[in-house]
Amino acid sequence: MELGLTVGRTLAEKILSARSGGEARVGDIVIAEVALVFVQDTTGPLTVRQFQAAGFERPAASIKAVLFLDHAAPSPNRELADDHSFLRGFARQTGCFLSDVGDGVCHQIVAESLARPGDLILGTDSHTVTAGGLGAFACGMGSTDGAVALGLGKTWLRVPESIRVVLSGRFSPGVYAKDLIIYLIGRIGADGATYKALEFGGDAVSTMSVPERLTVANMAVEAGAKVGLFPADETTRDYLTAQGRGSDYQSLSPDKSAIYEETIKINLAELEPMVSRPHTVDNTAPARELRGTEIQQVVIGTCTNGRLDDLAVAAKIVEGKRCCSRTRLVVAPASRGVLLAAVEAGYIRTLLEAGAVILPPGCGPCLGLHQGVLGAGESCLSTANRNFRGRMGNPEAFIYLGSPATAAATALKGEIADPREFV
Amino acid sequence: MLTGCAFKFGSSISTDQIIPGRFAYLRSNLPELAKHAMEDAGPTFVTRVKEGDFIVAGSNFGLGSSREHAPLVIKMAGVRAILAKSVARIFFRNAINLGLPVLLCDTDSIDDGDELEIDLQAGTIRDVTNSSRLTFSKIPEIMLHILNEGGLLPYLEKYGDFRL
Ligand code: SF4
Repeated sequence: MELGLTVGRTLAEKILSARSGGEARVGDIVIAEVALVFVQDTTGPLTVRQFQAAGFERPAASIKAVLFLDHAAPSPNRELADDHSFLRGFARQTGCFLSDVGDGVCHQIVAESLARPGDLILGTDSHTVTAGGLGAFACGMGSTDGAVALGLGKTWLRVPESIRVVLSGRFSPGVYAKDLIIYLIGRIGADGATYKALEFGGDAVSTMSVPERLTVANMAVEAGAKVGLFPADETTRDYLTAQGRGSDYQSLSPDKSAIYEETIKINLAELEPMVSRPHTVDNTAPARELRGTEIQQVVIGTCTNGRLDDLAVAAKIVEGKRCCSRTRLVVAPASRGVLLAAVEAGYIRTLLEAGAVILPPGCGPCLGLHQGVLGAGESCLSTANRNFRGRMGNPEAFIYLGSPATAAATALKGEIADPREFV
Repeated sequence: MLTGCAFKFGSSISTDQIIPGRFAYLRSNLPELAKHAMEDAGPTFVTRVKEGDFIVAGSNFGLGSSREHAPLVIKMAGVRAILAKSVARIFFRNAINLGLPVLLCDTDSIDDGDELEIDLQAGTIRDVTNSSRLTFSKIPEIMLHILNEGGLLPYLEKYGDFRL
């Protein structure tokens, strides 16, 4: 119960208090217990080397430790193949869990089977924030921080100020969680939440599915945030229960009297399809204003929008149609589970018939290592979270970001399209 | 006292510009990887930078991925401190963990090529070229301790654990 005179706690303060075993308030530096530490194949080898250099032999007994081979999987060249072998060997030696080629993107698998509300999760990948959609304090860090957390089972954190984002209303047809987060980043800027927590609340949260929350939390880091947090509620419980881990659930919400640095109100009903233009995520515009921009490649997938609901939206739009002959549609399901479910639901057939190429579950072309590197002067519209210059393997290419609906509509037209024409 | 030349960059320099993802295949071959430091932000940087020089940037330096290879290749290129108006969170931690100072200050008055003298203990930067003086803001004490030990691994070797 909240006492009248005590100042309530934000979600960030609540979780970090519980994990550090004390009263964690904004600005405090705490040492907190980590539940899960994971690495991926492009940051993992350095993490392992730092782990070994620090003299650790095994991960701390208190944590779950997972190595994901997802960023360059299957490996595109011998160097990355050697990195994969190195991580597989480390898994064998230490008993870390290995998620191998074809299992999917780390953040999707963490959401599907590992993250629990209230956990402190540390991944050596910036989009670790994704699990904030389930109410986990999930934070991206570098290899040395990851190595030390792996060995000690804890890390240090500064308790962040929180920005409260109060959501009301419902999305209009053709408008999705991706449009909300692109809009928010455009509004506050790519450093609008640096060092801070973005906490989502308001009436509309209960109407948002867990996959929608994951999409929003995933991109919190694109505003510089340390974490993007949703409360854990009945929707969270149902999601966990459907995965057979209902016992991982605990309800979690901020206190009413918590102190926020700033409050931002957004009425979902007022949003429209949004796009981030090259070369920064905060360079946003409504999709309708970019009509006519020719696009050579459309990507649907990644840890932001490679889930079943995303493929369903895209399949519905392209059903019975063919993609524009000047535009390639590349689809990478976020995980094996997503791919299987999409096969069963018929979405994969629909996408294939529309002209799509289906990649194995994983990061796909998101970071320019393989499977859809862009040519000089080409433009891509992707459902990913980042459009920095060079991101997709070519500094002379242009990347736009949008929702799966915007992506599917764009693939049909060969130029950026407003998906509301199709839904 | 650190002395060296300023290499000036703009704002929002991402980790994809500092060390592009397309070189991920070199991440277990650090000497080769370091030859591409800052390649998509300043293609000639790596051939001109000398041991002891500084990167001077605008705001939100190092935004983007968690790849620690970003501060690592900067350090391997010879850079001894990064000066910026602001720095992305993960990059900040990574740089300090590698013992590479990140100094937050108003970098507008520093021009490319200026000669700088930095006193880390006093918290001052002297621009020898235009005879101006700057101060940089304090960083959390735990980061200062990590930096003073030369990075997180030497810190851990000394203390065996985090200390508050
Ligand atoms: S899908 Fe893209 S953003 Fe997500 S983890 Fe993979 S490379 Fe990173």
